[in-house]
Amino acid sequence: MSQMVEAGVAPAVVTSEREGLLKWVASVDHKEIGILYLISAMAFFLIGGVEALVIRTQLLAPGLHIVSPETFDQMFTIHGTTMIFLFVMPMLTGFSTYIVPLMIGARDVAFPRLNAMSFWIQLFGGIILYFSFLAGGAASAGWFAYTPLSEKAYSSLPGVDFWIVGIACIGIGTLAGAINLAVTILCLRVEGLTIRRLPLFVWMTLVNSFLMIFALPLINAALAMLLIDRFFNAHVFDPANGGSALLWQHYFWSFGHPEVYIMILPAFGIISEVIPVFSRKPIYGYEFVAASSVAIAFLSFTVWAHHMFAVGMSHVANLAFGVASMTIAVPTGIKIFNWTATMYGGRIRFTTAMMFAVSFLFTFTIGGLSGISFAIFPLDWQLTDTYYLVAHFHYVLVGGSVFGIFAGFYYWFPKFSGRLLSERLGKWQFWLTFIGFNLTFFVQHILGLAGMPRRVFTYPDLPGWQVMNVISSIGAFMLGFAVVLFVWMIFDALSKGEIAGDNPWEAWTLEWATTSPPPPENFDRVPPVHGRRPLWDLAHPDRADELVAGA
Amino acid sequence: MIGIRERGKIGVGLFILSEANFFLLLIIAYVYYHAYPGQGPTAASALNVARTAAFSLALFASSATIFMASRAARRGHDGALVTWLAITIALGAVFILGQAREYYDLIEGGLGVSRNLFATTFFTLTGFHGLHVIIGLVALSITFALAVNGKLHAETRDGFGAVEWYWHFVDAVWVVVFSVVYLWSAAS
Repeated sequence: MSQMVEAGVAPAVVTSEREGLLKWVASVDHKEIGILYLISAMAFFLIGGVEALVIRTQLLAPGLHIVSPETFDQMFTIHGTTMIFLFVMPMLTGFSTYIVPLMIGARDVAFPRLNAMSFWIQLFGGIILYFSFLAGGAASAGWFAYTPLSEKAYSSLPGVDFWIVGIACIGIGTLAGAINLAVTILCLRVEGLTIRRLPLFVWMTLVNSFLMIFALPLINAALAMLLIDRFFNAHVFDPANGGSALLWQHYFWSFGHPEVYIMILPAFGIISEVIPVFSRKPIYGYEFVAASSVAIAFLSFTVWAHHMFAVGMSHVANLAFGVASMTIAVPTGIKIFNWTATMYGGRIRFTTAMMFAVSFLFTFTIGGLSGISFAIFPLDWQLTDTYYLVAHFHYVLVGGSVFGIFAGFYYWFPKFSGRLLSERLGKWQFWLTFIGFNLTFFVQHILGLAGMPRRVFTYPDLPGWQVMNVISSIGAFMLGFAVVLFVWMIFDALSKGEIAGDNPWEAWTLEWATTSPPPPENFDRVPPVHGRRPLWDLAHPDRADELVAGA
Repeated sequence: MIGIRERGKIGVGLFILSEANFFLLLIIAYVYYHAYPGQGPTAASALNVARTAAFSLALFASSATIFMASRAARRGHDGALVTWLAITIALGAVFILGQAREYYDLIEGGLGVSRNLFATTFFTLTGFHGLHVIIGLVALSITFALAVNGKLHAETRDGFGAVEWYWHFVDAVWVVVFSVVYLWSAAS
């Protein structure tokens, strides 16, 4: 462990550039593949961010024609698709791929070559999706590609075909990655690390893997049928020829709602690591955090039709899906209490990671509450397809997932690179993100209540609308600046950041027991595991945690 | 605690869970349009149930033969292993050839994918199943090549176990598909 300072100073490989590149392409090491995920996800985050800024620029004033309606439609479609499939999912998978084997004291994942295939096939899917811009225009039917709009009759250009094949590739890669991580967690844990002692990030990754295993084949089956419709002139989802457009909606959302939790559960896991470490207390109610995630995973498959209240389902169906959707707030609320109670009475250290984690509690809760308002289906009828909806899901996806991702980055970057991100610039980056985010999306609640529809390229000059849109756009540019600053901070830290050492945060889980970055074999020796905080027990044998029974 | 050697089987087990959901949606689409038929041919009017039953028997039998192959592998009977694997591959090939023949006759008779919703959902469901059988045959052929060269030993046994599970799954899916598509049409 004494070599860790060396490890942080220079990259491990000093070969020619071509060999360096080949090393990455041919790598089957979970740490290198994890880094590849993080890099590609960050690149797509920037691209998706540019698309968002095109949207916000076009909406700066009523009646603007900075981009055409067609381009605007492509922008919101590809922005949504990119942020979901090419940023949030692979970013969280990247964290899991890098951190989970370390956290369970393993040498690598269960299937290292499959791991490489997972990454490259999902990147290939992303390239196919973006190739459509060069091949006659990207898909413009929205990220959920409702039929019959996405059928040949209404989307005759190949954009939707590229979209389908791209998403299918990403789905296959993600599914293979999920199976790999689940088997890794089930089979490769170090001696003593029973299922009841697993770090909560590992728990969330495990639950999330099962969610992906059950949810991703649903979208892939639906995509296959849509592709058959488009390529072989079939009519599964085409009502003009006897097909059912609603069948697509049921299929899509049977995947789409679990997908929402696929994007948030790993972020829950990150928060569950960051908050205890910076409150200097073990997590409050470990069992409840773990079990409520399992409950969320089950419930997430029972609420899909709350995306479809506006299509005119029966009253019984509306009631059932409304009640089920409210039920899912219970296990989620339990978690918020757990994290808050963990902080209560703790010696809180407001590092940048902790600030993102704490603001997550606020912003994610706002998004959760507006989500419950959508479960009241008469309200949904009023607000669906307005900016209130846009505000809602950005509060959970940015205020939840993205804040969680930033918390994870500040927390684990020292492990990835051996160097610390600047805390001074980090505070700036946090406040720019926090203020920019709330400026962008809070007013959108009001715009939605005032009736501004989403996905329309411009708007009439109604009282107050332009002011709110300008506020939203200013916030969006602040957010964009915060992201650029973050990328600059990464490069800055890689070349001259403070050396981190093995365990800069005095954290308790096994990834901090090895060097930063870890050697190819991960560990010389894994410390003994008798409880949930092995490094605490190691440092304080006299005050070791209460023994957790094996399971 | 699960043995580390079993990880291939656990992985394929999870993959099977996922595949089951994939086929679930294809089956739902078939059943939905079976319940609300449009114009043109239906399962009852277009399908030759007796002939499909015959080549289905080959696929069902192959589950038994791969079980015999894996038992031979466990007992170290290399000759029996190679023989049973060859029979399994042959039975799978009979099924695929039977399906190809069925497709040929249907399409010759003017029932293509785009004819109506029965045709679309029928070809989608049985076609994806056939694709899975072909992938299984590729995996079995690799296993066969390993066995012939005497390389199917303790370290690769887990991989063979995974192929075996997958093959049983492909067979089980066909039990459902055959019941839903062929037996249902014969009953109505």
